[in-house]
Amino acid sequence: MSLSVARFTLDDLTAVLHSDTGFDNAEAVTAANADRPFDELGYDSLAVLEFVSQLRRHHGVHIPDEALSEIPTPLSAVDYVNRLLVERAPNAEV
Amino acid sequence: MTWDTAPVVTGLGVVAPTGIGVERHWESVLKGRSGIAPLERFDPADYPLRLAGQVPDFTPRDSVPGRLLQQTDRGTHMGLVAAAAALDDAGIDPADVPEFELAVVTAASSGGTEFGQHEMERLYQNGPGWVGAYQSIAWFYAATTGQISIRHGMRGPSGVLCQEQAGGLDTFGQARRLLRGGSRVVVAGGTDASLCPYGVVAQLSTRALSTATDPDSAYRPFAPDACGYVPGEGGAMLVVERSDAAAARGARTYGRVLGHAAGFDPAPVLDRPPALASTIERALADAGVAPGAVGAVFADAMGVPAADAAEAAALRAVFGPGAVPVTAPKTLTGRLYGGGSSLDVATAVLALHHQVVPHTAGLDRPDPRHGVDLVVGGPRPAALDVVVVLARGHGGFTSALVLGRGDTALDLP
Repeated sequence: MSLSVARFTLDDLTAVLHSDTGFDNAEAVTAANADRPFDELGYDSLAVLEFVSQLRRHHGVHIPDEALSEIPTPLSAVDYVNRLLVERAPNAEV
Repeated sequence: MTWDTAPVVTGLGVVAPTGIGVERHWESVLKGRSGIAPLERFDPADYPLRLAGQVPDFTPRDSVPGRLLQQTDRGTHMGLVAAAAALDDAGIDPADVPEFELAVVTAASSGGTEFGQHEMERLYQNGPGWVGAYQSIAWFYAATTGQISIRHGMRGPSGVLCQEQAGGLDTFGQARRLLRGGSRVVVAGGTDASLCPYGVVAQLSTRALSTATDPDSAYRPFAPDACGYVPGEGGAMLVVERSDAAAARGARTYGRVLGHAAGFDPAPVLDRPPALASTIERALADAGVAPGAVGAVFADAMGVPAADAAEAAALRAVFGPGAVPVTAPKTLTGRLYGGGSSLDVATAVLALHHQVVPHTAGLDRPDPRHGVDLVVGGPRPAALDVVVVLARGHGGFTSALVLGRGDTALDLP
């Protein structure tokens, strides 16, 4: 059984998101607004795509295009990534 | 079209090898100060090109916000800077005008080539997952139009025209069409920037580029030993406004858009004449101006002997041999494609505004066989009511724009 699974935190998300995605008037994502939709915060669909692409590059986590509707907010994205990490953890043990 | 109802140019924004800003550009033009220099955007050792017209000291981070800078190409950076400068020069705050009466029409000949090359490098070096999402909008021809529209809240009918060097003139034809149809203010013009290996290789395929190494003699259109043209980056954005709207707010007018025509050359195998002469005639007819009323022609000036001869033949056919002063200040910048003809329009309205024909720097005299009164040696003061700007784009695009003086009401001859 897996001893521990790497956790993906809101800080991990903001480190990726705040690099160069979104508009210049986009809000910084914090615990206080992480449940608001990306587009309300100033991150359009392209910004979310870029975020997903950088997640794959820097964290090795792949969110398929068809799953984008499941991550409307930063918080839901954190949850989604953590579910992926848990799912693949047993394989990592082998 | 009458003089009074023709759309007016009320704002200029220049980002060009001759300098950033209208004053700097115009001073360079009058002094013959060239922006052509050894290519420094990348090391061209592996390519036959050595010289280019590069915009000096362009630091977009001073005026374009950081994220937008990361998400757009250099040509778009220049467009954003030029458009903001043009609106400011016109004294227009877009927030004061109904958003759907504000339009943007730009010319683009290559799209975001440098941005695209960078992303392609990531593709073949690292794989598809490394190509940024912003590639999808940064490369493409309408990127500059879209970003200007978004930045300034200009939500009227906007678009992009892609006719290589001819496209810049066509944006003013399109602007005029929009101003007749409900738009009040149009940002028109273009800025191209393709001085990266990918962009240069594409341009080399025309075999029209000058591979000369001496900046002072590399681009000499209409000279007996013309050797092609030097490519460059940058261009201009202009504010074109409905004349009644400009008059109502007491705006300064640099010039007015009297007429426009576009044409396309017949296929070479058809053995028919190129479209330029008939395009000039149609533009003059559109303006209601006789050839004799034209005070100067800003030539396309390809710098390729056969193309120079064809342009000279068109000028002789329409105006008569040596009958109109002809000039090509673009010898100071190289050809900037969609940005180049846009910059020519800015220079032409400045000529109307200041009543002087700028010279073609870098040339002692043209080939006499062309029968063209090329303005060389220094600017030539002149009473200018009407000037014509010409442009030809690779592949057969041809465009002519007729501009009138802005600061006086005249009866057209």
